[in-house]
This record gives sequence, C-alpha cells and structure tokens, in this order.
Amino acid sequence: MQTARIICPNGHLGFAPLKPESFALGVAAGPDFIAADSGSDDVGPGPLGSDTSTSPLAWQTHDLEAMLLAARARGVPMMIGSAGDTGTNSRVDLYVGIIKELARKHKLPKFRLGYFYSEVDREVLRAAIRSDEPIEGLEGRGVLTESELDATSRVVAMAGVHPFMALLDQGADVIIGGRSSDSAIFAAAALHRGHSEGLSYYLGKVLECASFCAEPYGGKETVLGEIVDGGVHVTAMHPNQRCTIASVAGHAMYERSNPYYEFVAGGMLDMSQCHYEQISEKTTRVTGPRFVPAGRVRVKLEGAAKIGERYVGLAAVRDPYTIAHIDAVIGWARQQVRDRFGETGYELHYTVYGRDGVMGPLEPVKTPAHELCIMVQAVAPTKEMAEELCITGTRQMFYARLPDVKGTAGSVAFALDEVLPASAAYRWSVNHTLAVDDPLALFPLHLCDAGI
Amino acid sequence: MQTLKLSELAKTIRSKNAGVDRITFDIIFRDARTYEAVRRSGALSREAVLALYGLPESRLTDFVEFEPALAIKFTIARLRPSGSPGDPDIFGAQQYAPLLDVLVNLPDNEAIQPAA
Repeated sequence: MQTARIICPNGHLGFAPLKPESFALGVAAGPDFIAADSGSDDVGPGPLGSDTSTSPLAWQTHDLEAMLLAARARGVPMMIGSAGDTGTNSRVDLYVGIIKELARKHKLPKFRLGYFYSEVDREVLRAAIRSDEPIEGLEGRGVLTESELDATSRVVAMAGVHPFMALLDQGADVIIGGRSSDSAIFAAAALHRGHSEGLSYYLGKVLECASFCAEPYGGKETVLGEIVDGGVHVTAMHPNQRCTIASVAGHAMYERSNPYYEFVAGGMLDMSQCHYEQISEKTTRVTGPRFVPAGRVRVKLEGAAKIGERYVGLAAVRDPYTIAHIDAVIGWARQQVRDRFGETGYELHYTVYGRDGVMGPLEPVKTPAHELCIMVQAVAPTKEMAEELCITGTRQMFYARLPDVKGTAGSVAFALDEVLPASAAYRWSVNHTLAVDDPLALFPLHLCDAGI
Repeated sequence: MQTLKLSELAKTIRSKNAGVDRITFDIIFRDARTYEAVRRSGALSREAVLALYGLPESRLTDFVEFEPALAIKFTIARLRPSGSPGDPDIFGAQQYAPLLDVLVNLPDNEAIQPAA
C-alpha cells in the first residue's frame, strides 16, 4: 500500500492567511498530498445567498499560491474543498481562474486541473420533494417544502469523497472542489491510496482544521497526518506546537454536537472506540475509528433565502430611569413603525447591548449596565423601505414618552444621526439531506490543462 | 468542602456553532483528577445547564462526558438559524460566559489547587 502523508496548512483557507514557517516545515517533511478546506457555514447565510466570499481575494490567492508552488515542486496533488467560503459555482470558477493565473505567472510546467461544482438545480430538488423520498430535515427541521424551496436563493450540496476520488483517478494534479465535507477532502486522498475507510475518514477529521488539533492554541499552522501500521499519526509542524492526546481528542468534538460520530455522504465515522497514544513529543497516534457505510447515500444540502434589504441604526442611553424603562422606549418606537408600515411585511430587531445584547433570552444576568447601546436592524423588501423603517425605528426612540423622565429633550444619544446600509438579510432555509442513487450525480466533474 | 469557580478548574470553556441550528459548549480540564472531580460534583449536569441558561429540556440536544478529551460537552438548539437578522452571535462564540462563574463544590478529599 502506498503512503498517504497529507499536510493541511489552513482550516478555512482565505479566512486568514496560512503561516509560512510551519507550512515550509510541512513541505520539507515530504507530503504525498497538500490539502485544505476553504469553506464554512459559520459565516452565516449571506455569502451563499448573495454568492459572494467573506474572505479577501488577496488572502485566498496567497494561500493557493503557497500550496500550488509547493505541490507542483514536489509533483504531488493539491486538493481544495468548499472553494471561496461557500463552494458555489462562481467560487469554484474564481479559484480555477486563480490557479490558472498563478500557473502562468510562475511559468509552471503543464499540469491537469480538475474541478467540480456543487450547486443544485432547483428542479432536481422540486422533483425530489414530489417523489416518495422526501428531502429530510436535519437537526429537528421538517421535510423541505416547495414553498421553502421557492423562497431559497441558492442551494449547494455537500460532496463526500466521491468527486475528489474520481478526479484523482482521472489524473488531476490540482483539484478545486465545490461545497464539500471538510474531512472528505483528506479522506479521498487516503482512500485513493488504498487505505481503509475508518482510518481514512479519521485522518480527514483530524486534519480538517489544521493546527486546531495541536496545542498550545494557535490557528493557521500546518499539521501533518499519515496512516502508519493501522493507525493515524498526526504531527504538529510548528516548532512550539504539539499534537497531544488532549489536543487531538479535543479537536474531535470541536464544532459538532457529538464527539463520537461524524456523518458524511455515504456513511458515518464512528470515533467512540478511538484509542489515543502519545508516541513522540509532537505526534499522537489514533487507532480504532470505524466507518459505517450508509444503506442509502444521503447528501447534505445547504440553502439560503433572502429576507430583504437591511439598514442598521445605533442609539445609546445613559439616564438610569430610561435604562430601567428601555423596553417602553423600544415599544414606543415599534408602535411608530407599526403606525407607518403596518404589522407585517418587514422585520425590525432591537439588540440591547449592556443588558442582553450578546445572549438575548439566554442571558442569566438581569441587571443592566449604567449605559446601553441599542442596535436597530430593519429588513424590508426594498432599500428605500428598509431605510425609512430603520430611521423610524431608531429616531423614534429619541421621542419616547416616558411619564417620569427628567430629561425631556431626547431619550437617547446618537453618535450618528443617520442609519447605515448593511448587507441584505438572509436566513438558512435549507439544512436537509437528499437521497441519491449515484453519489457523483450532484457534482459535475471537469478537467483541463493549466501551466505552459 | 472547597468551592471553586469553573473558570478556576477548567483549561478551556468555549462555545461555537455546531452547524447552523445549534450551539455547542465545551468545558475541557487539564487533568483526569479535576475532570473526575467536577463530573462527580454534579455542578455541570443536564439540569444545571438548563437552569443556568433558563432553557426548556427540549432545547438541550446533547450532553456528553467525553473522557478521552477530559471534557464535558453539551449542545443547545438555536431559536433561529445562525446569521438570521437579529442574531447577535453568528458564530455562537460568546455564549459560554455564564459557565465561567458556575460554582463547583468539591469534598475535602478531592481538594484541588485552582489553575492560574
């Protein structure tokens, strides 16, 4: 069996730049693959809905350049999943363009550039909704309905290992993936080399966030993972970081509800029987992960629906009487909005910093601070309406009528006597799974030449 | 009897999105002895977490004692998905703060030096 030594320099390529020192050490360690995930649903539904990136182009290019040059110099595959934060088609095209441009810039000898898309056609989903195999909701959501589908701006499917393995089989030297399970990018490389599913998926799981599996805490540093004698070995590349039992096991639970099980298209990684062993200062060995194939392949879908255009206003309060009656102040402003715009057809949100701005109803501290800042978010079908809604909802706090207030010249302080345009408001409308006969069906593959 | 704050006993106390509909909380300890002592104290139980955050039982989706990482972990359902307008914490990254001051009663035979 061939070795599968993989380095991962960044847990969300583009979100912040990789650190060159540990990346150089990782490259010097002689990897067989250089791979990273570049997406996340943590950034909220806006980027997917509006088909934009939250990461700056300069940082995306910086990391792709470092990885491409190292991979081509060594002649090993480079693999990227979830291009451009969201993995939409435009983000895949963006990364493919960056790779081609970098290849020209550095006069790299010709290589094969593979890529796949992840956006799902609305009519495919409509047909599924109408079939006898509904689009099932995750995390307590009901099945996807046609009305919710119609409200949704864009849907991506989460690829498993299949499109990555198919492109490796076809000889791709560089792979740019649409939306993908983080762990599948790395698992595909190990599976391509003939390793077992359990170890391959675990290797992917531990590498996906780069140095988040190492300690002391420090992101964007390179880690090296490989499969050796029936176990996964993971090693920190930064001179001051180590992969310990605590850091590696701790990573298994990061950002997921349950530390024992990880679901991907085609099955489930069971980490409940994992055994962790520190085998050298910087390396931990993990044995015992199992992969349980699914009877029917279900692919996760993510979709964002536009709610409307958005404006933001800010107001602050210092009078203790007004602070004690801040809900009445907000209530007054809301009533003025209702009088002007009616009860429905818009959203108006008040976030009261200094009371429960960060946690809302989860806040156990009930005593407000000596001053408050109130953020007003107004969402409406048009920018004009959102702006007027936001001005009304913000400025009317100034005119709130409190019976015993001493200050009668204005109930709030304004740092800005204006409201500010914000990005359009979206919501996660699709967090579901779709059953497929062919795990490649949703992910059209492409292969072209790059370099000279 | 010794009473310490959770922030004096844990190495890491954090919260973060687990997908778009949930927030997960990790409390990680430096050594097995502290982990065991806190676990046995009952200060971090399903009931304690529900009371601390004022949540109905239905919103606590997972509660796991994860020995390999010396961690206690729980997950709650959001009322609206992350990043919806009005959501003040898109990453769910600042929801752990009330855990810092949770008081943990330790019997004298489990006396533990608070971490720095």
